[in-house]
Amino acid sequence: MRMRLSSAAFAALLAVLLTGPTAHAAELKDELVIGISQFPGNFNPNIDSMLAKSYILAMARRPFTVYDKDWRLICMLCTELPDLERGTARIEPTAEGKKGIALTYTIRPDAVWGDGTPITTDDVLFTWQAGREPTTGISNLELYDRITSIDQHDDKTFTMHVNKFTCDYAGINDFEVLPAHVDRANFAEPAEYKNRSAYETDTTNPGLWFGPYRVTQVVFGSHVVLEPNPTWWGKKPQFKRVVVKAIENTAALTANLLSGDIDYIAGELGLLLDQALAFEKRHGDKFDFSYKSGLIYEHIDLNLDNPILADRRVRRALVHAIDRGAISQQLFEGHQPVAHGQTNPLDRVYFKDTPSYAFDPARAAQLLDEAGWDTLKDGIRYNDRGEPLQLELMTTAGNKTRELVQQVLQADWRKVGVDVRIRNEPARVYFGQTLRERKFRAMGMYAWISSPENIPRTTLHSTMIPTADNGWSGQNFPAFRNDELDTVLDDMETECDASKNQALWNRMQEIYATELPVLPLYFRANPYILPKWLKGVEPTGHQYPTALWIEDWHTVN
Amino acid sequence: MLRFVSGRLIESLIVLLALSFIIYWLMGLMPGDPIDIMIASDPNLTAADAQRLKALYGLDQPIFERYLNWIGSALEGNFGYSRLHTRPVMEVVGARLPNTVLLLGLSLVLALAIAVPVGIYAALKPYSQLDYIINLTCFAGISVPPFWLALLLIILFAVTLGWLPAGGMGHVVAGSSGAFGARLEHLILPTATLTLLTVGGFTRFMRASMLQTLRQDFIRTARAKGVSLSRMVAAHALRNALLPLVTVVALSFGAMFSGALITETMFSWLGMGKMIYDSILGNDYNLALVGLMFATGLTLLGNFLADVAYVWLDPRITFVSLEQRR
Repeated sequence: MRMRLSSAAFAALLAVLLTGPTAHAAELKDELVIGISQFPGNFNPNIDSMLAKSYILAMARRPFTVYDKDWRLICMLCTELPDLERGTARIEPTAEGKKGIALTYTIRPDAVWGDGTPITTDDVLFTWQAGREPTTGISNLELYDRITSIDQHDDKTFTMHVNKFTCDYAGINDFEVLPAHVDRANFAEPAEYKNRSAYETDTTNPGLWFGPYRVTQVVFGSHVVLEPNPTWWGKKPQFKRVVVKAIENTAALTANLLSGDIDYIAGELGLLLDQALAFEKRHGDKFDFSYKSGLIYEHIDLNLDNPILADRRVRRALVHAIDRGAISQQLFEGHQPVAHGQTNPLDRVYFKDTPSYAFDPARAAQLLDEAGWDTLKDGIRYNDRGEPLQLELMTTAGNKTRELVQQVLQADWRKVGVDVRIRNEPARVYFGQTLRERKFRAMGMYAWISSPENIPRTTLHSTMIPTADNGWSGQNFPAFRNDELDTVLDDMETECDASKNQALWNRMQEIYATELPVLPLYFRANPYILPKWLKGVEPTGHQYPTALWIEDWHTVN
Repeated sequence: MLRFVSGRLIESLIVLLALSFIIYWLMGLMPGDPIDIMIASDPNLTAADAQRLKALYGLDQPIFERYLNWIGSALEGNFGYSRLHTRPVMEVVGARLPNTVLLLGLSLVLALAIAVPVGIYAALKPYSQLDYIINLTCFAGISVPPFWLALLLIILFAVTLGWLPAGGMGHVVAGSSGAFGARLEHLILPTATLTLLTVGGFTRFMRASMLQTLRQDFIRTARAKGVSLSRMVAAHALRNALLPLVTVVALSFGAMFSGALITETMFSWLGMGKMIYDSILGNDYNLALVGLMFATGLTLLGNFLADVAYVWLDPRITFVSLEQRR
């Protein structure tokens, strides 16, 4: 254990100077202290989605369905996934005559809340009731609105009637079951529910939790303490106490790790990759490092209303001109693989023959010549009207990694005669206004995070272009319009034959890579910094956190 | 005195009221709101979702209307809920304010306890080797960036020596026997950081002020009459020299608050500085306003106490003269 002030300062100083930094005991530990860089704003799983909350709640509750570390959809709270062939999923017409689906789930028979009350279909009904009430403050109302009714067959089995049939019907990952026996009374006034929910007013109530752990102490803004849930039905977790500490400053976060105040920095909400790499160089012998690249797709949106970028040859030239492989190797030591499209190669639906663009400045120059940017003056290309090939590249100010990549890209483009001006904005302005209202003049760099097999409808379909008329909804910021892709995206949702569906995925990836509405950069990796005695933490690479499998975490001597 | 206090009180209320509107208005001018950011990061949110959430949080109303609603409720004692913390605002502030007051108060007392004697000593031995060392140390304290100093202290005392925790408030169960000790242990490094950041400035002011006082005729007269050095300093010079320092201390309240923001962030100390910063960025109007009102209130209180200190330190100054000057 660490020496504290109570000891004689001089003796301690002498001892430390002689022995070096404090060594951490390797004995098996009862307590695990995890450091994350954010504290959740609330604890109700259905109100305001945020990563810090998902991470902590993953230890104390479980979703019905989720993608596992192998990116397969699995049941956590249910016994089996609904299936058309087995009859637990059934296509049915909706009241409007459209194609809907009825999904039957059975809650695990041994599933109980932390106070011993069984988790039943009554909880499911209450969750649906709260979820579809517009004044509750639930962010993803669409999910609950798509469920038109729920039939209770018994305490554990229910059928959900959904008004839209899609091939990924079996997953209800975001349906977060709420405890009716605790929270129904707080729902009497729906508009006040977000404030009166027991998740906010009585967070340590055992009746709110049903994971391997339950929340036993919350010091708002500082830390959350979790202890084993005696009613948990699965494998018993090893740690008698898990403390999740929020330390926003990453330098302080690493200092806390070195001092032993925290044991582990979570990859989901910890350091940026470059910070972790720098840390590994200095302290690589003291910790285990795990880098898992996944579904965080770093890319540059191109504003296709910009006349320069409307020309596909220019878009292709831009991607040929940048050495993404060197960026990945030099800046990220190869941990962030180059992306050739928005679908990750680890995803089941990835098309390996997707066209890709190698680093080829000569080809880039040729394409620019063909596009009419063939006059070179002071290293900058001009067209026959005397206009310079000048583009603006924007990203989030203060994000050091992005700013570094931005400078490398600017230099690469300059070598082929493209004058790129950097204009960055704080994240709040950039995401809240510039991107959303499509005010970026040429190029905008940022990342998307998605789940496996996620159909990119909201980012590529022409109906998803944000405009003043549609209240700036949709995420097709480049304003990409492609009739064939629209049809493919529509069909992908409803074509469930495996080979036909894969063919659609292939075509979507082909169109994306051929048309290049976006310049793909790389798939980001989350760095996990673990103590050498902690094993069993398996990064997923997608949005569902490792903590969903915390019962597998264990210590070794 | 009553007239002075009531005048000050009315003046403070006007300042608070005007400030509340300015803050509300400035926050309203910031581009994008939390729902806009939510839309940009969540592909599943529809325009209808966004509109519903904006209406729910009152973000769809004109800024002046929102302000009038807020001030109306606030005058009835209802400060509303914090959007970021999903808790009543006063509950959030109530939990944070004592931590900041403790941190700022302790740092201020320590800084003064160091600055006054060191400043006097430096003034008594001007341009000596020790005076140069003191000055150099003071400049270092003034110049050092707060986050860097905090990090340095963490690395030295938490990482290398392992004597103190690197941050946090101590995660022992509240009310248990170890809670007080743990809190105290966690308080040492943030307090040291803030103290080191402020002590340099205070020492420099104390030195300059004392140096000036020691050149006054009445000091020379006292020395000529054979008054000992220690008595001359304690009984004659100190009170006079403290007057400029009082002004500086009163004015530094606001600066200490901003220093507390960085210190609180670095040490994960749950105080007002970080809370105000987060609430402004997160468009949590209710919390930001109340937080800033408290911060302003503390600064006004600091100035009021400085005026009282003037009267105590200088018999020529009275509450009547302060009132006339105001």
